[in-house]
Amino acid sequence: MTQLVTMMLGDTEIGIDVGTVEDVVRLGRVTRVPLAAPWIAGVMNLRGHVVTAIDLRTRLGMPPAPQGVRPKCVVVSIGGDSFGLIVDAVDEVINVDAADCRRCPATLDERWRQVSSCIVQREGGLLVELDIGKIITPDRFFMAA
Amino acid sequence: MDDLLPEFLSETAENLQIVANELVRFERDPSDAEVLANIFRLVHTVKGSCGFIALPRLERVAHAAETLLGKLRDGELQANAAIVTETLAAIDTIRQITHSIGVDGKEPEGDDGKLIERLDRLSRGETLCAPNPEATGNAGDIGASRDEGSMANQSIRVSVTLLEELMTSVSELVLTRNQLIQERRATGSTDLDLPLQRLSAQISRLQDSVMRTRMQPISGAWNLLPRIVRQLSVDLGKEIDLELEGGDTELDRQMLELIKDPLAHMVRNAADHGLEAPADRSAQGKSPRGTIRLTAVQEGGHITLTLSDDGRGLNFGRLREKAVERGQMSPAEAAAATEAQLARLIFAPGMSTAAEITQISGRGVGMDVVRANIERMSGTIEVDSSPGKGTRFSIRVPLTLAIMPALIVGVGEARFAVPQMAVAELVRTGDHGGHRIEMAGPVPVLRLRGRLLPLLHLGEVLQTGGTDSDHVLVIRGGGTQFGILVDTIFDTEELVIKPVSRPLSALGVYSGNAILGDGEVIMILDVTGLAEHLGDSAIEEPEEDEEEACEAALAKDAMLVFRAGGQPHPRAVPLALVSRIEDIEHDRIERSGRDHVVQLRESLVRLVDMAAPYAPPDGGRQTALVFASRDETVALAVDEVVDIVDAHLALDMTSDDPAVLGSAVIDGQATEVIDVSYLLYERYGGRSGPPRAGKGGRVLIVDDSPFFRNMLTPLLDRAGYDVTSAASVDEALSLRDAGEPFDLILSDIEMPGKNGMDFARAIRAGGEWTKLPLLALSSPAEQDDMDAGLLAGFDRYVTKLDRRRLLALVDSSMSRKDKAA
Repeated sequence: MTQLVTMMLGDTEIGIDVGTVEDVVRLGRVTRVPLAAPWIAGVMNLRGHVVTAIDLRTRLGMPPAPQGVRPKCVVVSIGGDSFGLIVDAVDEVINVDAADCRRCPATLDERWRQVSSCIVQREGGLLVELDIGKIITPDRFFMAA
Repeated sequence: MDDLLPEFLSETAENLQIVANELVRFERDPSDAEVLANIFRLVHTVKGSCGFIALPRLERVAHAAETLLGKLRDGELQANAAIVTETLAAIDTIRQITHSIGVDGKEPEGDDGKLIERLDRLSRGETLCAPNPEATGNAGDIGASRDEGSMANQSIRVSVTLLEELMTSVSELVLTRNQLIQERRATGSTDLDLPLQRLSAQISRLQDSVMRTRMQPISGAWNLLPRIVRQLSVDLGKEIDLELEGGDTELDRQMLELIKDPLAHMVRNAADHGLEAPADRSAQGKSPRGTIRLTAVQEGGHITLTLSDDGRGLNFGRLREKAVERGQMSPAEAAAATEAQLARLIFAPGMSTAAEITQISGRGVGMDVVRANIERMSGTIEVDSSPGKGTRFSIRVPLTLAIMPALIVGVGEARFAVPQMAVAELVRTGDHGGHRIEMAGPVPVLRLRGRLLPLLHLGEVLQTGGTDSDHVLVIRGGGTQFGILVDTIFDTEELVIKPVSRPLSALGVYSGNAILGDGEVIMILDVTGLAEHLGDSAIEEPEEDEEEACEAALAKDAMLVFRAGGQPHPRAVPLALVSRIEDIEHDRIERSGRDHVVQLRESLVRLVDMAAPYAPPDGGRQTALVFASRDETVALAVDEVVDIVDAHLALDMTSDDPAVLGSAVIDGQATEVIDVSYLLYERYGGRSGPPRAGKGGRVLIVDDSPFFRNMLTPLLDRAGYDVTSAASVDEALSLRDAGEPFDLILSDIEMPGKNGMDFARAIRAGGEWTKLPLLALSSPAEQDDMDAGLLAGFDRYVTKLDRRRLLALVDSSMSRKDKAA
C-alpha cells in the first residue's frame, strides 16, 4: 500500500508518492531561465533555497491554467536537486492498494505515458500516478517538447 | 576496541598531516635530528596503538620502520637515498592502510613482506641490491613551522560539517543583510541607517572569520609535489629542483581540493615535457639541473599561482603545424599567428605537442582539461613561454567559491550575474563611450586599444531580446578573450552561490544561481560556456609589441581605493581629487548640531559618510579622505584605504546611488567610483536641484585623463550637448584643422606635451575657433595659475569636480555666445 498526495491539473486528478514531497507552497515569483525547455517555468526562491519550477501543464501538453486558478507548487527532491511542480490545486493524501493500480492504457497520450507509473481506480474516477523521476529524466532535456 | 578505533584513526591522520611537512625536510636533509625525531614519534605511536586494537599488518610495517628510524636517530646508521626512499614507502603504506581502515573498518588484504624485508636489511646496515638513484629533493624552503606542536595545543578539532553549517548560516545572514539594505534604499528612510551599518559591518567581520576557519594553507595542495618530482627525476633521469614559495597562502579547503590535481598534472608536464635531459641542458650552456618553481600570492579576493620552468619552452613551430593539422587555423593564419596566440592553443583539446606520449604526463589529460577544471572554479589560466628559456603558467583562482562578488547586468527584461573574476574591463560603446562596434564579416567586434575583440550579444544568445545593448563586459580567460554586450550594468553584489539543477546546468551557459537582496533568484552566467557561442571567427590580432605600445600610450589615472560604510566592496576616487588623508583620534571629533566636525589645520571640517549620517567610532581612530574645493571642505569617513593603483579607467555611468558616479574595473575588481561633487555640494552642501538642461550645441573636451573624459562626456551628453573629446592638444588642433565646428571648448591645463596654456594660445592665435568660449578645467591645486590662464586666452575657470558649477558655466557661456551671434 502506498500513500499519494493528490492534486489537480485541469479536470485530471494526479498523484505523487507522499515520500517524495517535501513541501507545498504558493507559487512565488519565478525568474525565467532563457534557453531552458518550455516546461521549465524558471527558478524561484523557497526560503533561501533555489527551486527549479516545472510547469506540469506544459510538460503534459495542456493549455495554460484558466484565469482564477491560483497555482500551487509541490516541492520534490530529485537526485539532490529541488524542483517545484506547478499544479492547479493540491487536495489530500490517500492510501492506494496495489490492487487498484492498472497499467497505463496504450491509448494514453504519449506525453502522459512518459511520466506516469500507473492509473489508480478510485471511487470518484481515475487518478494518474506520476513518476517524478521521469518528469526530469536527463534524456528528456534534449528532446524538450 | 570500537571506541578506540575512530580516535586512533583521527589521531594518526593528524600525525600524518604533520609528518607530511616533516617528510619534505627529511628528504632534503635526512640527518636533521629534530625531523627524524618527529617522524620516529609518529611511527612509534602508530606501532604502540596497533598492539591495543589488533591491527597486525599496520603493526608489522610500523615496527620495521621504527627499528630503522631508531637506528638513524641514535646515529648507528647514516641516512642515504635508499633509506629515505624506503622510509617514505613505509609512511605511504601506513597512510594507505589507515585510510582503508577508515573506509571499511578493517585492515585491507595485502602483503608488505618485501617492504619489511627491505627495511630490515637497511636496519642491519646492508645495502639494497637495486640501489635507488640519489634523491633529488627540493631545494626551496617550504617553511614548515617548527612550533607546529605548540600550535596544536591552541587549536581544537571541529567537524567539517559544523563548519559547513556555520558557513550556510552566515551566507543566509549576508542575504538578509542585502535584503535589508535594498529595503532601506527603496523606502528612503534613514531611521535604521546606524544600526544597519553596524550590523552590516559585523556581518562582514563574521563572514570573514567563518571564511577563515575554512581556509587552509595552499601547501596542503602541494605537499605531495616534492615527492612526485623526486619520483619523476628518478623515472625520467633528469635532475630537477622544485622550488615552492608562498605555501602559507591560504584558501578555502574546497578550492584546495579542486586545485590539487591540476597542479600535480602541470608539475608532471613541466618535468616531462618542459625540462630537457641534463645532457641537452649542458649542451645549451644551462645548468644540468632543471628548476620548476611554484609560487602562490594572495591578491585581494583571489590567489595567483605561478608555475614556471627553465626548460625548452613551447615548440611554436610544432604548435603551428598542429593547429593547421587539426584545422584550427589555415596555413596562412598559422604563419601569421603571434606566439601569444600559438601559446594559447595548448589549452585547446588534443593539442599536446609532446613528440610521444609518455607514461608520466601522457594520460589523455591535456591542458584543456586543466583549463576546464580551473575555469570551473571561476579561475583563469594564462601561459607565456620563450623558446629555450622556459614556460610560465599563471593561474588565478578566487579564495573561496562560497561567496563571490558578481556584477549584475541586464538585457531585455532579464537580469544576470557575471562573476567579477571573469570581467577584465567595462567599456561603453556608441554615442556614450567613443568605442565603436564594427562588423568583421558576420561577427560584431569592438576595437579596443588596437585590438579586435569579438562580441557576443547576450540578448541574442539567450533570446531575451534587448536592443539597446551598448555596454561591453570584456572577458579575459585562458583560451578566449571576448566581449559580452548587455543593455544595463546595475551594480555589484556579494552572491552566495548555489548550484543549478541538472536540467539547467545541461544548458551550458549557467554556472550557478543565487538569491539577490530583493529575494529574487538570479542566474549566474558561465562565461566559458558562453564563449562557445562565439563561433569560430578568426580574429585578427596585432603584433604583441604593437599592443603593448598602445597600452603604454594610454594615460592612466591614479585611483585611491578604499572601503567605507561597512560595505565589503571596494570604492575608488581619483587621487587628484583627494587633498589629503587624515587619521583622526576619535576624541577630536565633535558634535555640531546634526553634524560631526573635526578641527583640521585651523578650520572645522564636517565629517561625512558614504550613505548613512556619520557616527564616530567608539574609540580608536577614524580614517578620512579630505576633499577641498574653493569654498567647501569635507572629510569622508572610510573604513580603510586599500591601495592606490594606476588604472586605465573605463567608467560605466550607471548607478542608482547619487553618490556613485559609476563602476569601473580596478585591479580586476568592479569598483564603485564615488562622485565627490555630490558629497561636497549636493547632499551636504545644501545646494540642491538637478542641473538645468542645456540648450544644445557642440562641446569639445580636451583632457589627457581618460577618467575625466569618461566622466564629463556623459554628464554633458545628458545635459543635452553634443560632446566630442580629445586626449591631447594635438588631437584637438587636428579637429580644428579638419574644420570641425564647435560651440564651446573645455580644456584641461596640465597635460603631457602641449599643455592647456599652449592650447589656449594656439586657439586665440587664429583659425576657425578664435572666438569660441574656452573654459579651463582645473584641479584644486591649479587655482593659483588662474591669472596666467586668463592671460593665455581662457575665458573662465572651473574645477573638474564641481559638476554643478561646470554645467551652469557651460550653459551660461553658451547663451552668451548665442546672444553675441
